[in-house]
Amino acid sequence: MNENIIFYPILVQMAFAILLMFLWMRVEWQKWVSIIGSVLNLVVASSLFAIILREGTTSVQAGGWEAPFGISFVADALGVTMVLLTAIVGLAVSIYSGVSVNRARLKFGYFPILHLLLLGLNGAFLTGDIFNLYVWFEIIIISSFVLLTIGGEKAQLEGAVKYFTLNFLASMIFLTAIAVLYGLTGSLNMADLVAKMAAVENRTLVQVNALLFLIGFGIKSALFPLYFWLPASYHTAPSAVAAIFGGLLTKVGVYAIIRMFTLIFEVDSLIQIVLLSTAVLTFFSGAIGSLVQNNIRKIFSYLIICHIGYMIAGVGMMTQVALAGAIFYLIHDIVVKTNLFLMTGLIYKMKGTHSMRKLGDLYAEYPLLSLLFAIPLFSLVGIPPLSGFWPKLSLIEAGFDTESYWIIGAILFSSLLTLYIVVKFWSEVFWKPGEQLPNIKHFRYFRKLKKRHKWRLVAPVVFLSLISLYIGFGAESVMELSNRISDELMDPQHYIEAVLPST
Amino acid sequence: MKTIILRAASNYMLPLLLVFSVFILLRGHYLPGGGFVGGLVAAMAFVLHAFANKLETTKKLFRMHPGFLMPFGLTLALLSGLMPMIIEESSFLTAMWLSEALPAIGAVGTTLFFDIGVYLVVVGVTLTIIFTISESS
Repeated sequence: MNENIIFYPILVQMAFAILLMFLWMRVEWQKWVSIIGSVLNLVVASSLFAIILREGTTSVQAGGWEAPFGISFVADALGVTMVLLTAIVGLAVSIYSGVSVNRARLKFGYFPILHLLLLGLNGAFLTGDIFNLYVWFEIIIISSFVLLTIGGEKAQLEGAVKYFTLNFLASMIFLTAIAVLYGLTGSLNMADLVAKMAAVENRTLVQVNALLFLIGFGIKSALFPLYFWLPASYHTAPSAVAAIFGGLLTKVGVYAIIRMFTLIFEVDSLIQIVLLSTAVLTFFSGAIGSLVQNNIRKIFSYLIICHIGYMIAGVGMMTQVALAGAIFYLIHDIVVKTNLFLMTGLIYKMKGTHSMRKLGDLYAEYPLLSLLFAIPLFSLVGIPPLSGFWPKLSLIEAGFDTESYWIIGAILFSSLLTLYIVVKFWSEVFWKPGEQLPNIKHFRYFRKLKKRHKWRLVAPVVFLSLISLYIGFGAESVMELSNRISDELMDPQHYIEAVLPST
Repeated sequence: MKTIILRAASNYMLPLLLVFSVFILLRGHYLPGGGFVGGLVAAMAFVLHAFANKLETTKKLFRMHPGFLMPFGLTLALLSGLMPMIIEESSFLTAMWLSEALPAIGAVGTTLFFDIGVYLVVVGVTLTIIFTISESS
């Protein structure tokens, strides 16, 4: 096997971002080139996924400089799963954007930036070097900032300032933590750090360093006290942008936390109590925030925060079963959250408002689409056998194993709150007789769109719903994958051997 | 600024500074310099020209918007990284060198083309930012 295949997802996105820049003036072409690029990326990502699962963890050294001196790129099961999910979400969003994002935004380079964002995500999931991870985070934050502000509406700029300030702060903390890490060990290669970090004598400093990383990534993944930027900004962006943000951006932070605390840092009693209590507080603050909202996009923004808690609780318990549950939840959550934001975009197109009080009657007007929308909504709650149910089962099992019963209680209670929110959402938006909404002039209502345009809005939702259904009904294979990833994470020896063959 | 001295000087400074920026670019492999700094110097040459003359005059020096230098630079950088992958099946971004050094320029390899790519991107980005800001003010 040629190891260079690890670079392909990054190179494909880069090549298409450049190609789209050349087509700066030709917005119509950009739509199709972007879809072609996303399809190609999906093909590359799924073949990389298949190869890595067959052959095991593989690494490649950029520029041919030997690890730990050069920059390693490592494809393990977790990394390629994330790359595959990125490709799936990227395809859905790039089909959806062609119709839903307005021309004024497309003219300012929406598509090139979208592919640069996907480039950053792919890079972050495949790199095996912690400073390189920082660089990919920077690419992600810069392109997401452009996507958030493009269009230049007042509300958008206000949201973007909060988003950028806090994320920039997170990057600074992350960078400081890297500096401390390098000062302690003299290495930045993650595989090399495993042994070097364990040999550091000053354990207090290691613990402080772990907390610094946790704060940096905690801001990025919207953990309990640090989540305020998320509901302040996500509802201002176009729904396609909110979809990719909601699906993937917070999950990069979670991915980084999983990586750091399985490879480099130990989850000792202090870190464990910090992780678990943040997880519980994240559940409640997200769910309660969601309860009082009226804007449907804000409801889902708060639900993102709420459900980040599950993954963090999984990392906090740090058993094989708990990690498998967290990974399964990550897989389920990326697909469902993206789908929900695409759905809110469609509802907005149908009715012209985001207000839950004013919405209504959707089931009477669009019965088939309402049934389609039921799939992500009920997957989110985790009604068996839909996809949200299985990871919660693992997490609860892990709670019994580790005898952390309060975590079980919190998980169940937050599931109940999620159920309440979704039921309220369903009865308000779909069943309640709605108000007579004023007809907005020059608004491209869903019913006025051409048939092929309608399909380009609905197809991504169908695509993601099918994947959600697969995750639910084909839970055995996804569970097998999660177990495998979790086994690999619990025993990093394979990872180290793949990067540093001599040891 | 409409001083005749600056305007006359800027017309001579522009080519001089551009040559200097190429010198910095080529010097960069073993000594301080390189594509990033070279690109900044080249961009500053155009900014100086824009100060002395009008922004419109400087813009006329470009046949197209300087922003289009970005994709060209990125392509060059990407291709220089892809070359070793295609030709000798080594890792992405591995340096490939000509066996003999060229006169005046020195050793030439894919890293030089990567650096030229960086140079073009930096010129493109800096000029786009500065032109946009000075247009809107």
